[in-house]
Amino acid sequence: MAEPAVLTSADDQSTDMTFLFGIMELCGATRLGYFGRSQFYIALKLVAVAQSGFPLRVESINTVKDLPLPRFVASKNEQESRHAASYSSDSENQGSYSGVIPPPPGRGQVKKGSISHDAVQPRASADQQEPASPIVSPQQSPPTSPHTWRKHNRHSSGGNNERPLAGPGPFWSPFGEAQSGSSAGDTVWSGHSPPPPQENWVSFADTPPTSTLLTMHPASVQDQTTVRTVASATTANEIRRQSSSYDDPWKITDEQRQYYINQFKTIQPDLNGFIPGSAAKEFFTKSKLPILELSHIWELSDFDKDGALTLDEFCAAFHLVVARKNGYDLPEKLPESLMPKLIDLEDAADVGDQPGEVGYSGSPAEAPPSKSPSMPSLNQTWPELNQSSEDTAIVHPVPIRMTPSKIHMQEMELKRTSSDHTNPTSPLLVKPSDLSEENKINSTVKFASGNTVDGYSSSDSFTSDPEQIGSNVTRQRSHSGTSPDNIAPPPPPPRPQPSHSRSSSLDMNRTFTVTTGQQQAGVVAHPPAVPPRPQPSQAPGPVAHRPVDADGLMTHTSTSPQQIPEQPNFADFSQFEVLAASNVNEEQDDEAEKHAEVLPVEKASDSASSLRVAKADSKTEEKTAASVPANVSKGTAPLAPPPKPVRRRLKSEDELRPDVDEHTQKTGVLAAVLASQPSIPRSVGKDKKAIQASIRRNKETNTVLARLNSELQQQLKDVLEERISLEVQLEQLRPFSHL
Amino acid sequence: MAVCIAVIAKENYPLYIRSTPMENELKFHYMVHTSLDVVDEKISAMGKALVDQRELYLGLLYPTEDYKVYGFVTNSKVKLVMVVDSSNTALRDNEIRSMFRKLHNSYTDVMCNPFYNPGDRIQSRAFDNMVTSMMIQVC
Repeated sequence: MAEPAVLTSADDQSTDMTFLFGIMELCGATRLGYFGRSQFYIALKLVAVAQSGFPLRVESINTVKDLPLPRFVASKNEQESRHAASYSSDSENQGSYSGVIPPPPGRGQVKKGSISHDAVQPRASADQQEPASPIVSPQQSPPTSPHTWRKHNRHSSGGNNERPLAGPGPFWSPFGEAQSGSSAGDTVWSGHSPPPPQENWVSFADTPPTSTLLTMHPASVQDQTTVRTVASATTANEIRRQSSSYDDPWKITDEQRQYYINQFKTIQPDLNGFIPGSAAKEFFTKSKLPILELSHIWELSDFDKDGALTLDEFCAAFHLVVARKNGYDLPEKLPESLMPKLIDLEDAADVGDQPGEVGYSGSPAEAPPSKSPSMPSLNQTWPELNQSSEDTAIVHPVPIRMTPSKIHMQEMELKRTSSDHTNPTSPLLVKPSDLSEENKINSTVKFASGNTVDGYSSSDSFTSDPEQIGSNVTRQRSHSGTSPDNIAPPPPPPRPQPSHSRSSSLDMNRTFTVTTGQQQAGVVAHPPAVPPRPQPSQAPGPVAHRPVDADGLMTHTSTSPQQIPEQPNFADFSQFEVLAASNVNEEQDDEAEKHAEVLPVEKASDSASSLRVAKADSKTEEKTAASVPANVSKGTAPLAPPPKPVRRRLKSEDELRPDVDEHTQKTGVLAAVLASQPSIPRSVGKDKKAIQASIRRNKETNTVLARLNSELQQQLKDVLEERISLEVQLEQLRPFSHL
Repeated sequence: MAVCIAVIAKENYPLYIRSTPMENELKFHYMVHTSLDVVDEKISAMGKALVDQRELYLGLLYPTEDYKVYGFVTNSKVKLVMVVDSSNTALRDNEIRSMFRKLHNSYTDVMCNPFYNPGDRIQSRAFDNMVTSMMIQVC
């Protein structure tokens, strides 16, 4: 608001000029040199105060509660009147701002003021939006249709009232300057206009806004400048509102988009093609923006980081350049409306939207790149993981598109997932605590993970490669096939990770052995006690199958030897193991105690192996021998399939034997675990380290539990064998009982 | 977690160096500088073999009583050096690797920007944000 305008409106009142000056001083406009929003509001209130006859004091604004609305007289069809009307309407808005929500239709009375209303309210609301809004669609001369105004009114009044007093933004300064003179207004005018349809960037700031983009608005462009600038925002908003109810200052209008497309064609005739970086650099350098800003614009707009601009990216970049040219600051993150949409919208339609990951809740067309392990097609949009705040979880999204976390928006940048060595660096915006919780419960039991996060976590758990902590996107689906269902088929092999051996299926042994073989140099050394190689003897026998597991598991745990046994399940399982063992052999107390302890993995394996040894001792030689080879074979064979049938047997056993109660309990525990799976809240943690630590812990837990599982299954087999033998004996004894 | 992160160009001048402002930054600069020798030594040691066989992650370059210095070299001989606090024992090697991976990716993003001339100082905001996120992690 310019002082002249205010004074003009004030003239319409019956107040004295002295009052006006006093008001201006009080509200601080004199100090600032222009009327910002707050200044304007205060000024209006002071006007009301003055009109009500109260002394002009700042305190009087607050003390006088029922201040009547300041009265402004709206004149007609003059620039001043328009200003007055606009300001009056605005003042009415603002006058009632403190108190009541102004009745939207009430303002409809001033039909002649409709235009200015248009100007005012959208301007007011535009104010609160990013200053780039005026750029969106310039100018339309004031005579907008009343119906649009009404629409505005209703729409904007709410907006006006909702928005608190915002400080004067850069938007106002141009206004203030603009209204000082028509020439200045022209400048502002041009400032607000999109670049003229000329190839010459240099002149775009100087030429009058005769842009062909204004075809939408028939009104002549060379009208009153000040009002036009106001109206520009108005019409911009108006158009925007007409087009969509979504208030977005960064939205590109159709004319602008068409202009951008034309520019695109000059560089690259194929609209589906790309503009290489060098060509784009030349083009945007013509805009005379500093290289640093152009660099930032490029970073924002090159969504998929491929060094080339698609049409969408180019439009976004162009739009940002235009905005910057007009004096608006570049955003830190790409506004959602500027994000490139998927070109194949059909495909995008069914792409699962995982908003959390990237933090862009933008267009639903954005497909989480997690679906494609390789470099996403350039047609895809990459939600930015980054995160956003440090919640990199999300973050950056390095391609952890799985977890949509809007935090760390920027960090959740979409990173490429392809390169061999570089795994997607998108920040681990994976729901950290979520994952940790899931992983905790994610025992070797395959979860019926319907959600990718589960798949993610399970994949993490099964992948002993610690490096993959940060980059998971591609791994997400890999293990999604694992399901807790006993009847489910073996999980499909996970997506191959170029730098990891995770390409193997969820074969624990194979995974561990492979990873063991490929242990990275940096991996911490194996835990001290590497189980001995398999031997036919009893004692080491049962341990035989475990070395493979143990190695893998050890390496797994070596990365983070944390408190796996702290899991309640772990304790439960050990109890079950103990119970199961005790049924066969009473002298399991030691092992029970051992089990009960919170043991590191190796210890657990040792105890389990000792348990098994004890068990073997109780059995006959044949059984032991049978179990040993079974163990060995089991150890060598993939673990994935066996658990399932064993589990099935587990369930069937429940009905059979009382001493299978522990199995029942175990399945109950498993069921509980499974049941609890979906209930795990997905909270996005912001602590990457915690996430990684928890992931490690979960991995270790998983491996430990996997081992436990295998051991328990082995025990089940043994128990079954015993049962069979006992039944045989029973049969033998039964004839005697008849006697 | 990292106390100082530096990106050194092939010609061994810094493209980007940032440290937590707590301490004397000069000390970190000096540490990074001295670590360059170790990096060169490691590169040349395996330099006989093809570049492909060379591991990008160099691991712990040298530890001091307060800090540990880790190194990473890209295929274009751009070195990433990271200084971490020794007291931060929870920092595993995997995490260092992942941090370097992120750094590497961010660096390649900077490279992809046509407005960036290789050899210039890195002034990318995105890169800055990423480095900041690393440095204030879990402190």
